[in-house]
Amino acid sequence: MTFPDDCRYTKDHEWVRLDDDGLATIGVTDYAQGELGDIVFVELEAEGTELEAEAVFGTVEAVKTVSELFAPIAGTIAAINEALDGAPETVNDDPYGEGWMVKIRPTDPADLDGLMTAEEYTHMIGADA
Amino acid sequence: MEPATLQTTALHPIHVALGAKMMPFAGFDMPVQYSGILDEHHAVREAAGLFDVSHMGEVFVSGPQALDFVQHLVTNDATKLVDGQAMYTVMCRPDGGAVDDLLVYRLNGEVFMLVINASNIDKDVAHMEAAHAEAGFDCVLDNISEQVELLALQGPKAFDIMAEVTDLPVADIKYYHFMRPEPGAFLGCEKAILSHTGYTGERGLEIYCETAKAADVWAALMAAGETHGLKPAGLGARDTLRLEAGFCLYGNELTEDTNPLEAGLGWIVKLDTTDFIGAATLRTIKADGLERKLVGFVMEDRGIPRQGCLITDAEGEPVGEVTSGSQSPVLGKGIGLGYVPNDPAFTTPGTTLRFNVRGRLLAGTVTKPPFHRAG
Repeated sequence: MTFPDDCRYTKDHEWVRLDDDGLATIGVTDYAQGELGDIVFVELEAEGTELEAEAVFGTVEAVKTVSELFAPIAGTIAAINEALDGAPETVNDDPYGEGWMVKIRPTDPADLDGLMTAEEYTHMIGADA
Repeated sequence: MEPATLQTTALHPIHVALGAKMMPFAGFDMPVQYSGILDEHHAVREAAGLFDVSHMGEVFVSGPQALDFVQHLVTNDATKLVDGQAMYTVMCRPDGGAVDDLLVYRLNGEVFMLVINASNIDKDVAHMEAAHAEAGFDCVLDNISEQVELLALQGPKAFDIMAEVTDLPVADIKYYHFMRPEPGAFLGCEKAILSHTGYTGERGLEIYCETAKAADVWAALMAAGETHGLKPAGLGARDTLRLEAGFCLYGNELTEDTNPLEAGLGWIVKLDTTDFIGAATLRTIKADGLERKLVGFVMEDRGIPRQGCLITDAEGEPVGEVTSGSQSPVLGKGIGLGYVPNDPAFTTPGTTLRFNVRGRLLAGTVTKPPFHRAG
């Protein structure tokens, strides 16, 4: 399992990466995709949706289970990954790259500082042992 | 509540070495998946999969009145079995509620093997012992679950793979029949049963053998299966496969609160020719008409109604409940089974039902299983 250092992490097993254009890309962690197993579709709120922190912005359906997606920080959805519609397995294959879920325009980019670092997240899931 | 220590099957070290994702199931630490549920599922549909289902229970019934006692327990007609034949059946309580679904193997006229669900072993044995004590048939019960391992080799290539590990005439075993090789004749097993049965909707074999030989049998089959596309398959794929095939799972479609008639198992409930525990109640239930019925459905909208999801009418009023739901790997759609009122307005194939999935009403169509040959 990998947890890139340029991302911040949540207790709900999502990652956020602040991009150069000021948008924050959000996805689920390598650990999350492994626990969910084969993902069969991803449902996301539409572009333009305003999200409070912790608001549900989508669901991930795997064969055996379903999981909701929670906004790590407040913001407005600027883009959704429409490619997941035809290829949901991308989330399993490349969770930090092509398997991203949404990009949001953060209400306050400083909110990211309240999230876990890769090291803290790795410790939380017990993968640092 | 999880027991403090989980039981393990003889193949447990193999699963761990293969990197399987392990999960507690019915008191056993069992493999849920190896390469992934979808990959394993497709392997079974297209080539073959090898499952460890050693957690299942085996109870022998032996004695001059073994047949009479088995018939007293089960809903199907055990008197129709010949030596070397097996049948699928249900055991009921006096009120018609299902105690378990099971396979009955006739080894000979005085020896039968009952194969029961792992989660029900204690309950089933208690039920059998109570019935035995009450009715006083001349036979003995022997729960040998811990001495027997069970491997399921399932898929279109299953018999080809089997032919590579043994010269025994396995291809001649008819569906729902089995053979008992001489001691040592099948991969050195002292005791083995090779059964043309399964829970996947594909052709395949179920192999019963003693604990000490299970790892050898697994290794021989995996080695022979390599060129055939055989993959180890876990309980996750076992569940999606059985659901695509439309098979009931005890605890979901069948419970103590459901009877086999409403579960669509009338074909294994022989009320006219046999008598068994629960028969009188089931005759009354049948005469009065069923209140509800198990139906299959295929989702039209994107979504997967899972177990416990409410089935509603067009207005969103609840009329029933989903007992099993999953993505169908073959159809690429949500499929499932659930109970609805026994009314053609809900049970007729092609009828649209609604499913309350997290507050949204999604449409699905009543469809007669098996789903993997549907469409």
